[in-house]
Amino acid sequence: MTIVHHLDDATVLAYAAGTLGEALSTAASIHISMCPQCREALRDAEALGGEIFEGLEANAVSDTCRSATFLRLDATAGVAARQSRSPLEKLLGGKDLAHLPWRRKAPGFSVIDVPLSAKTSGSLKLLKIASGMRMLEHGHGGGELTLVLQGAFRDEVGRFSTGDIADLDQETEHCPVIEAGEDCICLFATQAPSRHKTLLGRLLQPFTGV
Amino acid sequence: MLAPPLPMAEKSNIPLPEARCDFAALLARVASERDKGAFAIVFDYFAPRLKNFMLRKGASPELAEDLVQETMIAVWLRAGQYQAGRGAVSTWIFTIARNLRIDRLRRESSAYFVDLEGFDAASTEIRGDDRLIQAQADGEVARALAQIPAEQRDLLILSYVDDVPQVMIAKQLDLPLGTVKSRMRLAYRRMRKLLGRMQ
Repeated sequence: MTIVHHLDDATVLAYAAGTLGEALSTAASIHISMCPQCREALRDAEALGGEIFEGLEANAVSDTCRSATFLRLDATAGVAARQSRSPLEKLLGGKDLAHLPWRRKAPGFSVIDVPLSAKTSGSLKLLKIASGMRMLEHGHGGGELTLVLQGAFRDEVGRFSTGDIADLDQETEHCPVIEAGEDCICLFATQAPSRHKTLLGRLLQPFTGV
Repeated sequence: MLAPPLPMAEKSNIPLPEARCDFAALLARVASERDKGAFAIVFDYFAPRLKNFMLRKGASPELAEDLVQETMIAVWLRAGQYQAGRGAVSTWIFTIARNLRIDRLRRESSAYFVDLEGFDAASTEIRGDDRLIQAQADGEVARALAQIPAEQRDLLILSYVDDVPQVMIAKQLDLPLGTVKSRMRLAYRRMRKLLGRMQ
């Protein structure tokens, strides 16, 4: 897998700071787990966070807090298990892409809604789009990430294949075309659900004949 | 070239331990010998910073201390998982605190913040990690941060410490979102350049 399209530095920073929100962070984490370059970028962004954190003024903790912590040390002997499943495996719940509960929305277009925590405002969807399909031109309001998990699409920006993430700025208008060969499966994350509705509506009007 | 003084450290009432205490070695003792004395040194240095960190993110004093306790217990439990090659102890504790805060304060899932280093084992890292830990130990990251223009550093602090999303920073400062993002990118790239990460 050769990854060509990466996360924007501003997105890496927001992820490291923990301000990106659950939907976008999930997509970002899967890309990062696949991409050595973004992993290094994240490591640096977290180092920056660690440095800022360490530079904070101290605010004395109460004796109660300190003694309560030390009292718990003996009680907590077990060591937490290391994470073994990758972020993608976690998202798919151990299933492979072909055997997910796809819901067909239109010919050549299936969707799965990925559940998020109750308080989150964003939305996360898996999209499966048949090869050769083309989507209507649409803009990006920012706050959107599209991660390719299978197949490939092309647009004005370039070719996006497995592992690539489209982290496009607000000005970008594009018109993706799914490459011939296999279905394209993407993880599509948005910060705000309202806007996404419009976009999904437009995505649902794809037409063939490329 | 002489390094400029560190403005952030100056603000602190508690002086930095000499040459930044070797927290990595202390964590190793916590991991291998369950050394409470070593843990106490780590606690006394980081807990007051963690408390401030949580307060700045909007926690009440009670919740802040609760999260300090949870973070430090996690440090005690996972000391053996700390790997110096991936960054300084402060960075590691920062990520634990960040994740706990997301789970507790926003009631969101921090499940995506798994250890992302372990995957894609086939790839070979482009550059060694020792560079980063060394740079942090030598105060290079702090110096890089000190050299960042104030208007850029302030944005980073709003993001990392005060938990303000970029969109909200833009609204609060009445700046276009693109400006906020590009200032943050500039600060980050400058730091990376100073660390020799970028050409």
